[in-house]
Amino acid sequence: MSDADLTESLRAHVEQAFIERTPLNIHGARSRAFYGHATDAADLDISAHQGVINYEPSELVLQARAGTRLVDIEQLLEDNRQMLGFEPLRFSSDSTLGGAIASGLSGPRRPFAGAVRDAVLGAGVINGKGEALRFGGQVMKNVAGYDLSRLMAGALGTLGVLTDISMKVVPRPESEYTLRQSASQQQALERFAGWMGRPLPLSGACWHDGHLYLRLAGSEASVRQAQQALGDAKLREQPDFWLSLREHSHAFFTRSMPLWRLSVPPATPPLALDGDWLIEWGGAQRWLHSDATAERIRGIAAEVGGHATLFRGADDNCEAFHPLPAPLLALHQRLKKSFDPAGILNPGRMYRDL
Amino acid sequence: MKYAAQMSDLDTFLAGLPDLPDHCVVRESEERRAYECDGLSAYRRMPWLVLLPETVEQVQAIVRHCQSSGIPVVARGAGTGLSGGALPLENGVLLSLAKFNRILDIDVANRLARVQPGVRNLAISEAVDQHGLYYAPDPSSQIACSIGGNVAENAGGVHCLKYGLTVHNISEIQLVTIDGELLTLGGRALDAAGYDLLALLTGSEGLLGIIVEVTVKLLPKPERAQVILAAFDDVTKAGAAVGSIIAAGIIPAGLEMMDKLSIQAAEDFVHAGYPLDAAAILLCELDGTSEEVSEHVFKVRELLKSSGATEVRTAKSDAERVRFWKGRKAAFPAVGRISPDYYCMDGTIPRKALPQVLQTIEDLSKQYGLPVANVFHAGDGNLHPLILYDANKPGELERTEEFGGRILELCISVGGTITGEHGVGMEKINQMCTQFNEAELQQFHAVKAAFDPGGLLNPGKAIPTLARCAEFGSMHVHGGQLPFPELERF
Repeated sequence: MSDADLTESLRAHVEQAFIERTPLNIHGARSRAFYGHATDAADLDISAHQGVINYEPSELVLQARAGTRLVDIEQLLEDNRQMLGFEPLRFSSDSTLGGAIASGLSGPRRPFAGAVRDAVLGAGVINGKGEALRFGGQVMKNVAGYDLSRLMAGALGTLGVLTDISMKVVPRPESEYTLRQSASQQQALERFAGWMGRPLPLSGACWHDGHLYLRLAGSEASVRQAQQALGDAKLREQPDFWLSLREHSHAFFTRSMPLWRLSVPPATPPLALDGDWLIEWGGAQRWLHSDATAERIRGIAAEVGGHATLFRGADDNCEAFHPLPAPLLALHQRLKKSFDPAGILNPGRMYRDL
Repeated sequence: MKYAAQMSDLDTFLAGLPDLPDHCVVRESEERRAYECDGLSAYRRMPWLVLLPETVEQVQAIVRHCQSSGIPVVARGAGTGLSGGALPLENGVLLSLAKFNRILDIDVANRLARVQPGVRNLAISEAVDQHGLYYAPDPSSQIACSIGGNVAENAGGVHCLKYGLTVHNISEIQLVTIDGELLTLGGRALDAAGYDLLALLTGSEGLLGIIVEVTVKLLPKPERAQVILAAFDDVTKAGAAVGSIIAAGIIPAGLEMMDKLSIQAAEDFVHAGYPLDAAAILLCELDGTSEEVSEHVFKVRELLKSSGATEVRTAKSDAERVRFWKGRKAAFPAVGRISPDYYCMDGTIPRKALPQVLQTIEDLSKQYGLPVANVFHAGDGNLHPLILYDANKPGELERTEEFGGRILELCISVGGTITGEHGVGMEKINQMCTQFNEAELQQFHAVKAAFDPGGLLNPGKAIPTLARCAEFGSMHVHGGQLPFPELERF
């Protein structure tokens, strides 16, 4: 992994763009370029801005530059028997940390170990005026000032260019075990709700095509204990099952139909939408390949207290993200303006009017 | 004359709120006095008017009326905050959410509880106990503090190393904006569309909106919890022991340290059975499945011994476990018994800086002639030095505040922060000028303006004006040397 601090040149680049009112398309490895709307803007490439700035395993904190490759960070953590608790979705081996934070997409462990935003402790951010700012810090608890570093998670670069991120890291579990059971979608959702209300060492809960998959993780003794309690049915055939969910390399994700992500309260019963489903997060994240209209999908998601993202296949005819109520959109616009008064940072990437 | 003028202003203001019943209005000075301070009683101010609405519609109407009359609003929960965040204004409304005290809904299947902001922290866990669930964040004031205040301050507690702060344990809030608009932030799913405004609002100290409903996440109660007490003859060894537990891949549910003075004060007060000859003790709580706890207790005992603990005790019964914790949870009042007054600080530091920070605090303690008892959330680096002083001795409060300020600046200089869980409020507003530079503070003000352009929500707290920082900076220069000349100043 290379080590290069390009903060000043990135900052100067943004400042120049602010003066000239030139919109910027912030990118690293472009592995998440499909997510949200394409922006017609000049490229700002952060991928050369690399390196781990600070990592002390016993402090459980890692700080790295936004262009650092996720695989490099995860290897370093693995060497120290630690990991990123949120298991970021990783779409290529070049995927960067900055992209993982800006997209805010967490992996299978999310309901049990927290989301991307939960792990963020601090961030270096260049705002839309070309000012290099620093919020949060490298300690677990910090309530000085507004929490602007967590706000960056999932903001898709529309509020600032991330230069570096400090994150909480967690120990790798001593032992892992995946069990598989035959179940209809409804049966799986019911079992997940029951299990997640009990003190079990869980780290993944997925359903697809007639089977549920449950990952147990923790000390050897606790995994063994849980395994006995839940009935032994070890998944042997697909050793990379959870990785295939993290990287969207599972056959479900490789189809060409539009891919929807529905985020709903986990115990919600199966939704009345035709298509092919893959359920994650114990029911809280539901992937759907469907030709149903956006209105119908979003209407059903909203009815149960959730929202729907057109994850792949967004175009000019359809917003990628669930539309916001007018007062909330207006607040988003004012907040965007407070960071980026000239509207030059990834304009339209999240919402067309943002 | 001035009083009369104010009264008539008050009448005019109240006339604009025809639908607010009389019993929701506190205007007599003896009744208003109950609201003149929060948990930081060194700071007091009489509120102009106290309002205790009972419905969200009333909150909206009050805020709208304040907006159109240009009257500032300070929201208050249970008033247990330790940074003066709910300190009222002489020209403003103190908006108490105390009457919003109902648990609205418990959703066992989704492990969520929807509650009003005035519900006490502990009352949530009590209400869901029958379902085998609980609400994890447990600030030491949890029997009294309310959930709305917890969200406004991003409250922590002794279990946050493993289970996180308030921000990690809430799902949705209902917010009344300064325009009187009711917004839903977050949701009942694990995320919501748009920016993470739930994270932004958590810990925003009442400057961005009034929280009128909170949906919290509930966790299954661990199968078993066990506490180990270890004594050390040297604080540095205790600090190193903490690092070795975490390096071994164990995340304790709680990991607390107390120094000699705190141990003695706590022991005298609650007789927890602490070793009085120790320089420091560690309390380590392990929870999880029964098997896991047994395994971890064994490992942690070994690690503590090899880190040089002079004594390692495992609670033999639930009663003993409760007693071990009782000393820690009573540490603040225990210190209150040995000193007329104490001042509680709240800096967070990287754990490795602990020996250096404790040594410097000891040096400063001698320099200022004020004793310090240290209580430390050792697992997450959150330090609570308690400065012992006597407010009746002329000049001692001022000296204490200056000493406290030096401790906060020390925390910043080792890479930490001025507040881990108590908030900036009124108390640490000057140290914000040290932690953040001008552009960063301006960004904070810009965010504030996106919510509250007129600056009517809890003005003067949390984020200092640039003018205040300029004044604070020059004050320190006049006092002699700048404490940390390498830090950026303006």
